Amino acid sequence: MSVQHFIPQTYTPQAFHRQAHEALDDPQIRANFRRAMDGLITKRRDVFSDWDLEALRELGANIRLRALAKLPDLLEQLEANCQANGIRVHWAENGEAACRIIRELCEARGAKSVIKGKSMVSEEMHLNAHLEEAGIEALESDLGEYLVQLNEQTPSHIIMPAIHLNTDEISEILHDKTGTERTRDVDYMTAAARAQLRERFMAADVGISGVNFAVAETGTLCLVENEGNGRMTTTVPPVHIAVTGIEKVVEHLRDVPPLYALLTRSATGQHVTTYFNMISSPRKPGEHDGPEEVHLVLVDNGRSGIYQDNELLDTLRCIRCGACMNHCPVYTRVGGHTYGTTYPGPIGKILMPHMLGLEATKDLPTASSLCGACGEVCPVKIPIPDLLVRLRKESVGEGRGNVPGAGVKRSRKELLAWKGWQWLATHPAAWRGSTVIAGKLRALTPAKLGPWTEYRTAPKPAKVSLHALVKAHREELAGEGRS
Amino acid sequence: MSAREIILKRLRERSDGPLQAPQSDFTVVTGRGWSPQERLERFERLITSVHGEVIHTTHAEWTKRLIELLAAKSIRRLALGHEHPVPVAARTALRNQGVELVDVDRDIEDWKREQFETVDAGLTSTGGAIAETGSLWLWPSPDEPRLISLVPPVHIAVLDADAIEDTFFDVIETHGWAGGMPTNALLISGPSKTADIEQTLAYGVHGPRELVVLIRHQREAT
Ligand code: SF4
Repeated sequence: MSVQHFIPQTYTPQAFHRQAHEALDDPQIRANFRRAMDGLITKRRDVFSDWDLEALRELGANIRLRALAKLPDLLEQLEANCQANGIRVHWAENGEAACRIIRELCEARGAKSVIKGKSMVSEEMHLNAHLEEAGIEALESDLGEYLVQLNEQTPSHIIMPAIHLNTDEISEILHDKTGTERTRDVDYMTAAARAQLRERFMAADVGISGVNFAVAETGTLCLVENEGNGRMTTTVPPVHIAVTGIEKVVEHLRDVPPLYALLTRSATGQHVTTYFNMISSPRKPGEHDGPEEVHLVLVDNGRSGIYQDNELLDTLRCIRCGACMNHCPVYTRVGGHTYGTTYPGPIGKILMPHMLGLEATKDLPTASSLCGACGEVCPVKIPIPDLLVRLRKESVGEGRGNVPGAGVKRSRKELLAWKGWQWLATHPAAWRGSTVIAGKLRALTPAKLGPWTEYRTAPKPAKVSLHALVKAHREELAGEGRS
Repeated sequence: MSAREIILKRLRERSDGPLQAPQSDFTVVTGRGWSPQERLERFERLITSVHGEVIHTTHAEWTKRLIELLAAKSIRRLALGHEHPVPVAARTALRNQGVELVDVDRDIEDWKREQFETVDAGLTSTGGAIAETGSLWLWPSPDEPRLISLVPPVHIAVLDADAIEDTFFDVIETHGWAGGMPTNALLISGPSKTADIEQTLAYGVHGPRELVVLIRHQREAT
């Protein structure tokens, strides 16, 4: 086992290329991801085998599109129904504002200890660090998140946060940080974590969770999980704060079953998760458990910007299943941390540029072969490859200019080269002339062409162009025909 | 302007103009047309595939099976309600059976540690089940609170065979859930589990290690 994984490292999107090289050089990381992703791909395929998957994806996409079409109205309806049920609703323009709202809610209760269920939005706004600074301890309770937090890392996958770690590494982390025995016995380790976290559930002043679907019609917050930590987080502490992106709203309760069916099957190949937890109000008079206070924090953080553009809008259909990363040949090889962003893989590449700007994330949309696997498996049919191309255009200033940092990769040299190429390719006489010259001067092509020749030999123009060869061949055939 | 107003304004004044909302066709999540037998088989196959246990019994016999089950699993302290017919019948049958019946009509704050550390199992009724996914559905109540299906290491759920429906969509529609949701509505499909340690399944990570479903039939199966 290599020890280097235990050194906490800060990953940034700016250092994508270096991080990718490091990950590719690490056989352990590659093996961990390959094994996990192969398993997930097979399980997903099997679990959809008796479904009309296309009809279900069509419905899923359609439900999300309908929700987005009515988004402002649905958010108001959600707010009104939540409030009528006794849930208090807060709005945050960005991550910082959301962190402040949550911290103030904690402080109002004199909270010192917070227990958390899985929430990618809270990762997106670095909530834990914010709370720590205010002297409030925030502990992750999803087993994967707990392990990652113990190891002072961030999740490497949106559904399986600790997928980059293998059993030996996890045993070592638990031993190091919590004093358990070194073992390969998964049941022992799980039981140890259960015991440690049960104490924390009992002691926590506030529980913080994410939301998978927020139902406008009934003011209901739906949470999907297998472990039960989400139910603990939202039932045991006296206060529950749910935090979610504004795009997570759906119109009707009946919109939920199709999305839930798509989510669990796409994410982990399960036909259902152990728990589907639907919360519509705080504890009512006469009830004996559940929080006295429930809050919903609606976070924008760049989403309303994405919302403006008809093409980019598709990004907001995402139900965070992770299937696009499971099927991504790049993600599988470089792992989740390499991206240096909260959301890795294909969804990260189309989402993070809006949150961090193209300046910081300019290498992400190009880290793709556009093989199309992500778009093919996406349960809500997001055309991820098209969006990658759009962001590439934006980054070289050839798009609509409505993505933060648009034009950051614009280079006069490159532009001129392409313009020249374009002119040449649309002027046949000039083109033919240039191929003849290129054939004559082929000996002069440089052997080194920057990154291109790092793994490949330099291209060399042919002595005679294909054009000329075809022409000669045709003439030959015609000659034969005549004789 | 408040954050709320700013966000809503931005969404309303969308630069590419208002969006058309499509109609949805829900055929793919309903209309399975399974027979009661098919529903039962499917429910059992799926819930046992994720480590749930199923015991078939009748309305007349179920408390006998419950007593045997508690003995087999060495359950000494059982948490259960007072009012629903399921816990009422269980309480009657379990009198003088050597099982301590733990009252749950107490605020959790008053017995948190007791529930977390000394209860062996929780018994609950269910609203029904879903054949397609092998799921139970529960609406916890003051009589049967949320945590008794979560905190004790074993959850025993009582289900009537004729309360199994085809799909989740069907349950929501036939029971008119959208007309009024309870504080908490739950689907439970198996015991608590995780695969966070290298994709290896482990049960009972936070919630129960075991889920036993007592399915009550009208008559003895032939
Ligand atoms: S983009 Fe699609 S496949 Fe990727 S996480 Fe979102 S919903 Fe899943």
